Amino acid sequence: MAMFWISVLAISILLYVLLDGFDLGVGMIFGVVRGEPQRDALISAVAPIWDGNETWLVVSGVILWGAFPIVYSTLMSAFYLPVLMMLAGLILRGVAFEFRSKTRRMRWIWNASFAGGSLVAAFMQGLMVGALVEGLPLADGRYVGGEFGWLSPFPVLCGIGLCTGYALLGACWLVRKCEGGARDTAYRLIPYLSLGLLVFLVVVFAYALAENLAVMRRWLERPYLSVFPIIGALAAILLAASVRRRQDGPPFVMVALIFIAAFGTLAISFWPYMIPFAITIADAAAPHSSLAFMFWGEGLFVFPLMLLYTAISLTVFRGKIRATTDHY
Amino acid sequence: MQLTALLLSRLQWAFTISFHIIFPAFTIGLAAWLMVLEVLNFATGRPAYRLVFEFWLKIFGVAFGLGVVSGIVMAFQFGTNWSELSRMSGPIQGPLLSYETFTGFALEASFFGILLFGRSRVRPWFYLFSTVMVALGTALSAFWIMANNTWMQVPVGYASEQDIFAPTDWFKIVLNPVVWVRFAHMLLAAFLTGAFCVAATGAWYLLRDRFAAEARIMLRMSLYLAAILLPVQLYFGHLNGDYIHEHQPAKFAAIEARWHDEQPAAEVLIGIPDPATESNKYALSIPVLGSLIASMSFTSKEVGLTDFPRQDRPPVLIPFFAFRIMVGCWLIMLVLAWTGSYLIAKGRIEENRPLLWATFLSFPLPFIAILTGWFTAEVGRQPWTIYGVLRTADAVTPFLTVRSATVSLVVYCVIYIFIFAFGSFYIHRLLRTGPVGHLVLPSTAAVPNRPMSVIEPPAADGLHVPVGE
Repeated sequence: MAMFWISVLAISILLYVLLDGFDLGVGMIFGVVRGEPQRDALISAVAPIWDGNETWLVVSGVILWGAFPIVYSTLMSAFYLPVLMMLAGLILRGVAFEFRSKTRRMRWIWNASFAGGSLVAAFMQGLMVGALVEGLPLADGRYVGGEFGWLSPFPVLCGIGLCTGYALLGACWLVRKCEGGARDTAYRLIPYLSLGLLVFLVVVFAYALAENLAVMRRWLERPYLSVFPIIGALAAILLAASVRRRQDGPPFVMVALIFIAAFGTLAISFWPYMIPFAITIADAAAPHSSLAFMFWGEGLFVFPLMLLYTAISLTVFRGKIRATTDHY
Repeated sequence: MQLTALLLSRLQWAFTISFHIIFPAFTIGLAAWLMVLEVLNFATGRPAYRLVFEFWLKIFGVAFGLGVVSGIVMAFQFGTNWSELSRMSGPIQGPLLSYETFTGFALEASFFGILLFGRSRVRPWFYLFSTVMVALGTALSAFWIMANNTWMQVPVGYASEQDIFAPTDWFKIVLNPVVWVRFAHMLLAAFLTGAFCVAATGAWYLLRDRFAAEARIMLRMSLYLAAILLPVQLYFGHLNGDYIHEHQPAKFAAIEARWHDEQPAAEVLIGIPDPATESNKYALSIPVLGSLIASMSFTSKEVGLTDFPRQDRPPVLIPFFAFRIMVGCWLIMLVLAWTGSYLIAKGRIEENRPLLWATFLSFPLPFIAILTGWFTAEVGRQPWTIYGVLRTADAVTPFLTVRSATVSLVVYCVIYIFIFAFGSFYIHRLLRTGPVGHLVLPSTAAVPNRPMSVIEPPAADGLHVPVGE
């Protein structure tokens, strides 16, 4: 039962990262493009789906609480300020989608809150993952790191890294969905963002080696883990090739593959821990009766329906957005 | 009072949940109202029902959006500020709230898009079905929230293992009679909220001589509904009192401001409870009525607050006054609904401008009643988070600092006030524009999952122009 729920949780988080990843990325790119027509195009590229994407964050949150309450309570309380900032960012960018089209004079406020909210939310997510990798100070199953126990160079680096990654994902989404100026801008950004991501990965690797992070040792112990980095590397090569040939479809798939590879690498290097190297999946699992109660309703029936619903809404809005659809 | 992380966390919880409840309370009622309108439209084919439906659908969209945004925060706050509670009760509260997300999401998200943008793409019966599903989704969501809160009020079906609460009997937890009584009370409150908002809007239009046909439909249907539901609500309120009397005697005594055991007990109608002297100042009481209300008896002995050690007593002032404000709101609504229904039946309501004004101004009453009702329930549960089992002081995140808690409280207040101001502004603009005489065509840019995209900027000349050109 715990294995079932850890799988559902992993799928939900991965879906969240991939789906909200690209629309947070588009939000960050929104901050650097000039001119309202391009901004409108960017908004239109994610407007139909961002809300559904964000649902996966709440789904991940409640599964974590119901199935692994100790992890939920430890992480939420340890990351008090990062979670606050992430939620504030998500709220501000969420309402910006709707409010920016209702006004002209005040539009700059909503433009700023859209780009800024996306950036802050993405950064905080990367920071929290980085702090987890580096290892949270725990004692007796409770966080003891204090107000800023998550703040150190490595998590900050991971925050910047995730922003770069999301922005790359967002740029590839734009290439896929847009035409004209927005697509050109995205194509111009992709090489820089890819390079940035590469530099980030090299630095992280060097840092992990230098600091002798516990996660690193597990990689050396388990050589088969390298299958994920290899998938990532292959995807990166294909990404470069398809961008060079200006193929609009493949880049997004390739960056998504890179994300899946990175997610897999992280997941397997954590295994069987949920909070590395303190709380395992088995330690954290709620009593069997809780997991079974969740399984027989939402796990068995509703979760597959939600996957189906996500697939349908992505299919309905596939293809290029038309530049003329803007009524803003 | 010293500013502690505990106090700040409680303030933050109170603020964010109070803000949040306003929107679901409104949208649950509106979803049901939309369903009724669509049934009538389906059955009679009268265009006026369609117009009223389309109009309220837009308002539903904005309120729904604000409810979603403020709801996300709630899903995380259990963990950030109440880590001990979420660790210990996670095996019970986590699954209950995950059902809320899963069932609420599955129905609302799937069918809401059809409601907003699918009128021309699906068959009429399927559109009707979608309105039913959205109404069902909002009600289901409310059910799980009430199941969750009820477990905190009357914890059943669990065993304490190490330092967690493990569920032993889900039937007891979910099908506890208290859940059903409280769920019905909340659902009725939401329906009344919808009814009074619709009635107030109808009255407003009649006062301004606009949209008379639609306004009459709004006023007639909502006041008739309220006239029937308000007595039913009294009955369920009474049943709520019964469960408090049985399971939470200290809360009951606090609501009644009964300091000492009495036999037979008097009912304090109004007064100022004074915790220092453990008595009431300027109290207006009716003898024996207290026993009658509490136990349906002329002779029963009723428990006083001084039976409980000081550290186990809830605050008295907030439950006492909040309860009386709630009942007061109910009474005003009853007078309005019954007088209004009588005048509508006699066909004289449009001449009665004072009553139209009173109805127009009455829209805050159901919101106030819901908020004060929740204040009574939640403050009355203190000093416990899980009644009789876990104290609020032991539920808070133990290492939370005053500084962090202050930052988060300020950030939430600023952001919520900001988005609330804009949200209310757009709802007001929609109401002012009114149910104008064209039926919304599916806009090319309009998309599901974007509830608030239904609001269009008004055209410069005040006419509502079709979108998408």
